[in-house]
Amino acid sequence: MLLIDCPHCGPRAEVEFSYGNEAHIARPLEPEALSDEAWADYLFMKTNRKGIMLERWVHSHGCRRWFNVARDTLTYEILAVYPMGAAPPALPERNYL
Amino acid sequence: MRTRYNVFSLARNAMRHHADWPKAWRSPEPKPAYDAVIVGGGGHGLATAYYLAKEHRLTDVAVLERGWLGGGNTGRNTTIVRSNYLWDESAALYEHAMKLWEGLSQDLNYNVMFSQRGVLNLAHNQHDLREVSRRVNANRLNGIDSEFLDAKGVKDYCPVIDLRGGGRYPVLGASLQRRGGTARHDAVAWGYARAADALGVDIIQECPVEGFRISNGRIQGVQTGKGYIEAKKVGLVPAGHASVLAERAGFRLPVTSVPLQALVSEPVKPVIDCVVMSGAVHAYVSQSDKGELVIGAGVDKYVGYGQRGSIPVTEETIAAVCELFPIFRRMRMLRNWGGIVDTCPDASPIIGKTPVEGLYINCGWGTGGFKATPGSGHVFAHTIATDRPHAINAPFGLERFRTGYLIDEHGAAAVAH
Repeated sequence: MLLIDCPHCGPRAEVEFSYGNEAHIARPLEPEALSDEAWADYLFMKTNRKGIMLERWVHSHGCRRWFNVARDTLTYEILAVYPMGAAPPALPERNYL
Repeated sequence: MRTRYNVFSLARNAMRHHADWPKAWRSPEPKPAYDAVIVGGGGHGLATAYYLAKEHRLTDVAVLERGWLGGGNTGRNTTIVRSNYLWDESAALYEHAMKLWEGLSQDLNYNVMFSQRGVLNLAHNQHDLREVSRRVNANRLNGIDSEFLDAKGVKDYCPVIDLRGGGRYPVLGASLQRRGGTARHDAVAWGYARAADALGVDIIQECPVEGFRISNGRIQGVQTGKGYIEAKKVGLVPAGHASVLAERAGFRLPVTSVPLQALVSEPVKPVIDCVVMSGAVHAYVSQSDKGELVIGAGVDKYVGYGQRGSIPVTEETIAAVCELFPIFRRMRMLRNWGGIVDTCPDASPIIGKTPVEGLYINCGWGTGGFKATPGSGHVFAHTIATDRPHAINAPFGLERFRTGYLIDEHGAAAVAH
């Protein structure tokens, strides 16, 4: 079970949180100009990284606020918690096969 | 051709105290080049190799497995086989598999212990009832056996269910597929491996694929832990690690990898002779031939490759099982584990070509790949051998995410994802 350090409420159990999957996906600025491939990429394609994932979480059963988390998806280690809109922190890359 | 398994070879070997059984398959070193390389030695990969050799006479084939055969999701699932899917496309795919299951032990000369003991899918509220009836009707229109049971029918079919469900999960009815059941998961991998090996396929274990050599948009070969292997065609059957391999080949997939959990109890006398599934409460139960209750749980809500699930998910499933089957409340659980499943946005698999020529992919089976093993291998072998999809897997290509022709099977998948 994850212990997630909510920036507003402190460390809480994962059951209090909901998951928002991959962070930093920019909404297309000109939706009308987008090709079908680009739409498919925006809507469906996932990074789904085995390694460090940048992801969104919301403290649903607490302060109900969103924030970003950098987490290792193999070891489940949480490496950074940072606010929405902020640039991801620089972290050494971890690549697993 | 190696020793056929039959009553005479059994008797002969029994008299020699079973000391002289030949190895079920060779373990050769990889050759420098193959006509086709299959990445992933689980049930689907081995089935693909078998049907490539058997149906398409393509025997210069290697199966590369990073660990040991069937050590991934093939050895971690809850062994349930059924074909009661909603949409025509899925019904065709899973029913194709079901028909192959029905003759599989004879075909492979290996007892996969396929037991058509009947699968119940429970309905707990009015909405479930409507969905279940709709699915029963859709199945029957597609020629798949499926029937609706009311609450009394459920109790008659499976007496250990508490219809009140502890007050939380009342059972109002269920669908029943009598041809559904279970199969011995390890035997499926071993049976396919032995049969493929007998046709000349090289099965290479402990051989992780680290990268691909691609030039002019065409696959040239794979870089492995045992050196570079040249290949005219490569089929990826990587279960939970589809995204990892796709990234190395330079394209993206719409899959999310999450651990799916299962657990088994201590062995007890026969108590439940069918499979009971409840998608709504994330619990499904059957009893193995050894007497253990085999219980399937849900998936974690976040991406994970850890092959172990989150404790709250286990707890939720155990709670639901205790409410539905009060008789199991004092059972002790022996083991729990997780397998990484790659789920698609529409809960249907991806079987087809990739942006790289000569590279094919079979992934995204989510929480229900085991039941499709023979059918999946069969149509994927056709796709690789002829460079175009079989009619059955044509709708399951990667291009459906561009065209929008999704096959939404969230209702038929037993676990919400």
